[in-house]
Amino acid sequence: MRSDRGQSAPLGLKIAAACGLLFLHLPILLIFVYAFTTEEKSFVWPPPGLTAQWFAVTWNRPDVWEALSLSVRVAAISTAIALVLGTLCAAAVSQTRFFGRETISLLVILPIALPGIITGIALRSAFALADIPFSFWTIVLGHATFCVVVVYNNAVARFRRTSASMIEASMDLGADGFQTFRHVVLPNIATALLAGGMLAFALSFDEVIVTTFTAGQQQTVPIWMLEELIRPRQRPVTNVVAMVVVLVTLLPILLAYYLTRDGDQIAGSGK
Amino acid sequence: MSLDAAMPRATAPAILPGSGGLRGALSDLFWRRPQLLLLLMLLPPVLWLGIVYIGSLFALLLQSFFSIDEFSGLINREFTLKTYGDLFQAANLDIILRTVTMAALVTLASAIIAFPIAYYAARYARGRWKALFYLGVMLPLWSSYLVKIYAWKLILAKEGILTWLLAKLHLLWLLDGWLSLPVVGGNSLSVSFTGTFIVFVYVWLPFMILPVQAALERVPGNLVEASSDLGASPGQTFRNVLFPLALPGIVAGSIFTFSLTLGDYIIPQIIGTSRLFIGQAVYSQQGTAGNIPLAAAFTVVPIVIMGFYLWGAKRMGAFDAL
Repeated sequence: MRSDRGQSAPLGLKIAAACGLLFLHLPILLIFVYAFTTEEKSFVWPPPGLTAQWFAVTWNRPDVWEALSLSVRVAAISTAIALVLGTLCAAAVSQTRFFGRETISLLVILPIALPGIITGIALRSAFALADIPFSFWTIVLGHATFCVVVVYNNAVARFRRTSASMIEASMDLGADGFQTFRHVVLPNIATALLAGGMLAFALSFDEVIVTTFTAGQQQTVPIWMLEELIRPRQRPVTNVVAMVVVLVTLLPILLAYYLTRDGDQIAGSGK
Repeated sequence: MSLDAAMPRATAPAILPGSGGLRGALSDLFWRRPQLLLLLMLLPPVLWLGIVYIGSLFALLLQSFFSIDEFSGLINREFTLKTYGDLFQAANLDIILRTVTMAALVTLASAIIAFPIAYYAARYARGRWKALFYLGVMLPLWSSYLVKIYAWKLILAKEGILTWLLAKLHLLWLLDGWLSLPVVGGNSLSVSFTGTFIVFVYVWLPFMILPVQAALERVPGNLVEASSDLGASPGQTFRNVLFPLALPGIVAGSIFTFSLTLGDYIIPQIIGTSRLFIGQAVYSQQGTAGNIPLAAAFTVVPIVIMGFYLWGAKRMGAFDAL
């Protein structure tokens, strides 16, 4: 919606919008304060004192490091798989029209359109039926499945803006299919893929519902946090980990935003 | 360039010989048969999603037609509708009704809170402010789901910041009065339906803002001006012009808020009462109870509800606003 005159908004609207945004952001900021509290047993506010000692305690906890390492490895491999599958799918859907094209896009979107618990329990029961033991790879299998859609969305949006005549021109000028892909298609979609990859990484890093069904005994960072939320052991450590998780997911989102902000569709608008 | 110099090129054959080597041959093959390339591109993702995802969904659906032997606890792999009979017991119907009511209330509240933000961002925010609004919605959307829930545990705890704030404002009687109400009340906000409701709204709100904003961006500003020029009050303009045009966006957003609330089991487990929601029922049936058939039958409920919901949403044109 555009209005040509530079009107200013009614006061009521300004207040309502500001309150809405504050409602979205204040709770997350609170996490940063609690990471420094000296209180160990309860969630008392205001914090009785501030200390940085919990950062050192968290640093020396092997379980936190193990969870972090597992999360990063799962997210990296799932992102790699999702990048390949998502790009292939986006290229096929946007460059040609064929029978069943709509079905393919539905197929890609379905894993995050349906509630995570359905994806999770479906995978778990399939693993049980096929006698597949839980492992690192069962987690990756689940994560890659719902990460495809993020890459796909970004790549499709970019393919839509790339004109087909550029590919034809490249072929007319004598490049073969591989050269065209390497020198024309790839540079065009590179930033979209990078953005999609960042978002896929963030999505996988944060995923908890599907993971609870496919992880067995292993703990990713979200599983570790969930465990702490249900059966708290050392609350200050949870506070510190929560703060670190906020910071870690912040970076890829900001990067993805800056990579795609000039386009008509900005990365991340469809989680 | 003279005409003579250009001549030799023109006499070159119009059809070039095939490129050499395996790579060249492949490239030529793909150019001549684009369907083959298409097939090769589609095969990996379709195989992956088809086998891993659709296969699993099918396996799940299949299991809902099995039943559990009550004495041995073993799963009887014969076709039966007994499990669906179990699903429609009063206790389970309660769970379904409770979840759907919560999903509807959460959707309504998200729409009300989302509208001013989306409207301001679409109509008044410019340049730097526009980007700020965009990131302002995007960052909470992508922040860790568990951290957001944890933040609310801190806020709603009995000794937490909300109680402190209300005490400072001398409004504790309001909180106590609310908590003493049946159904929505409880010992503290973090173990009440009110708490569950607030957290649901908080966590899904960005999913509502983005499509509503997208729908409002497409409303020409002069429509609103025309409406007020023709004598409509702001309230009338909202009711008769803005709201109908924003509705597809609201419906699109409600697909997310509704579906996500239906399937969630972590929020009501961490902030809520001991009364179950669909997601928790599924989780406990497949975990502690070991009754996979009933858990599978339970997951069919949100799938069916969302099927109808999506069908209705499509008729209202909500998919154009996604």
